[in-house]
Amino acid sequence: MKRSMNYLAALIFSVSFLSGPTVAAYADDGSERGYTYNYDYWGDVQYSPDAYSTVDVYTATDLGLNKGFNAPSGLYVQGDDVYICDTGNNRIVQLKRENKNAFKQIRVIDEIKGDVEVRTFLKPTDICVTKDGYLYICDKGNNRILKLDQDLNFVMMFQKPDNVVFDQSAEFLPNKLEVDAAGRVYCIADNINKGMIKYDADGTFTGFYGASQVTYNFSDYIWKKYATKAQRAAMESFVPTEYDNIYMDAEGFIFACTTNVSDKGMDTGSDVPIRRLNLMGQNILIQNGNYRVMGDLYWGLGGGYKGPSLITDITALDHGIYFAIDKVRGRIFGYDKQGHMLYAFGGNGNINGSFKLPSAIDHMENDLLVLDSQDASLTVFTPTEFGNLIYQAITEYDAGDYKASGKTWEKVKVQNGNYDLAYVGIGTSLMSQEKYKEAMKYFELKWDTRNYSKAFKQYRKEWVEEHIGLLFTGVILLFVLPALIERGKKIKYQIDTAEIFKE
Amino acid sequence: MTANRYVSTLKYSLYVITHPLDGFWDLTHEKRGSLAAANTIVLLTLLARIMSLQYTNFQFMQVYREGINIFVYIASILFPLVLFCVGNWGLTTLFDGKGKLSQICMGAGYALAPYPLIRFPMIILSNLITVEEGAFYNFALVFMMGWIAVLMICAMMEIHEYTMTKTILFMIASVFAMLVMIFILLLFFSMISQGISYFVSIVKEIMFRM
Repeated sequence: MKRSMNYLAALIFSVSFLSGPTVAAYADDGSERGYTYNYDYWGDVQYSPDAYSTVDVYTATDLGLNKGFNAPSGLYVQGDDVYICDTGNNRIVQLKRENKNAFKQIRVIDEIKGDVEVRTFLKPTDICVTKDGYLYICDKGNNRILKLDQDLNFVMMFQKPDNVVFDQSAEFLPNKLEVDAAGRVYCIADNINKGMIKYDADGTFTGFYGASQVTYNFSDYIWKKYATKAQRAAMESFVPTEYDNIYMDAEGFIFACTTNVSDKGMDTGSDVPIRRLNLMGQNILIQNGNYRVMGDLYWGLGGGYKGPSLITDITALDHGIYFAIDKVRGRIFGYDKQGHMLYAFGGNGNINGSFKLPSAIDHMENDLLVLDSQDASLTVFTPTEFGNLIYQAITEYDAGDYKASGKTWEKVKVQNGNYDLAYVGIGTSLMSQEKYKEAMKYFELKWDTRNYSKAFKQYRKEWVEEHIGLLFTGVILLFVLPALIERGKKIKYQIDTAEIFKE
Repeated sequence: MTANRYVSTLKYSLYVITHPLDGFWDLTHEKRGSLAAANTIVLLTLLARIMSLQYTNFQFMQVYREGINIFVYIASILFPLVLFCVGNWGLTTLFDGKGKLSQICMGAGYALAPYPLIRFPMIILSNLITVEEGAFYNFALVFMMGWIAVLMICAMMEIHEYTMTKTILFMIASVFAMLVMIFILLLFFSMISQGISYFVSIVKEIMFRM
């Protein structure tokens, strides 16, 4: 008996050894390592396979720099080039991504050429590079925005607006910027709460843009009415929120995010941490998900963190999926165009793929680059098979290939049976193929009343058309037949009681 | 009581809900209602409520099934109903209400009759309409609650032979009576558990010493 047990143990050992490589390959897609989750209809956390896996974490030494990063805060990707604003070291580092795993240092920009007094940077916080090669740099310490050409020659600069709408006593501290296709500059400056500062291509200040609507509740308003001047001064004033970061997506709309949110405001929805602004500066972010676009839904006092997610940066992929990064818990939230949360991942910590204080996020194709200002490093994520399937399904759906999209969502469902969007995706695909009954089943599983209603309407129409005969028979049996019988009885009674038939 | 009388008293509920003033007067004074029928209506109400959880289309009612405890759910209707009857009786007997406890229970039971009558068809209807057509469904449910409220007031008015204002006043007072009763019940149960734990700890102490 003991002998046979030994054999068995040996057999199990050898089998597990042989199947080892496949197990390892399976584990490598990240399904067992990461901390990826989503919220279901009820707001319950549903753990998910990893949608992104960490490629690597790059420090300044890895990138061949002589000096380590010091509080880097700005990140910009143009093509294969990555620009990092190394704020603490007053320099900008340009890198090129040579292949999936390697970056090459192109140049370190710490001095500019041309007809300008100050030729160095002081605390540069953000950079934007246009397609035609111009560099726009937020030189915060020198109170200016620089426009340079490819060879770092000074072209022009944007300074503090000398307009009356701009508070002249305030110092001009440009923090983040974006440049649109026409060369207009949108800038977020510290201590300016009127919105973004907008310049024309020639450097003239054209006004503020995208100030958030001032919100206040009625009781606060009443209190203020009857408060003394000193009390009023002590109270929070109703001012628009300052933005923290800005991103221009592929369609030219501006994503803006703010960390000036309160627990209460996030709960009630009066604080909007993520906005997508149109030309008029109105928020056109679509929020069709079960929950608002706000990062984490719950923020218990876990692990020493408190308060809602504070979104410090946003990046949007070319097909409309956008990512927001939370500096409190170091999590990255992915949303689709409709505002459904795709997944949340990341976290604070020391292992690869975790952060200390993330300050900026950008993307290269579908890969994500995250700059950590405290850890002074750049983390690169690439989609896993699961993540890629989701992208594929969404892209196919957007292209109108609903059938293929349904098939891809099926594959997503195989990888994650708790993924609500997969069910809704399959349902939508079935609906487009006029298989309403099956579609209804999928929508019902994930509580999608809106789509269910649509499918059901069609299904009911079909059903009525098919069973029109049955329905008519039913109506006849229910109403017409009793009436006829009643009538017959009446006639019979009349005949029975008629004078002429009486003997 | 014969089966015949049971059926006729149950049928009488249909008259009561359409002619509340006349109906509730005859219910007690002419003895045209029975407690058995009232209990049946309450049971049907419970059944309708539980069945609506399961069979209403999810477009109109999203049930977090993990969080449902059927006994708590049943108690959430029965407990307030019983408390109301007792509280109302306790108050009205002090202020020349003519109703007996059994009559109040009967009246409250009969007043619930629209609930199963409307709820059951609505369960079926919810499976035949879409969200856009949901206005009818919602209206029916609101109408039902309003109807029950009117019936409840009429029932109390006729049973106690009160005026309208006095009835409404005492219904509000009954709510406070309910709160007082809940408070006393909580006190009672916590005292009992304290008392028990006292003796348990004495016994434990003795066991240690032995």
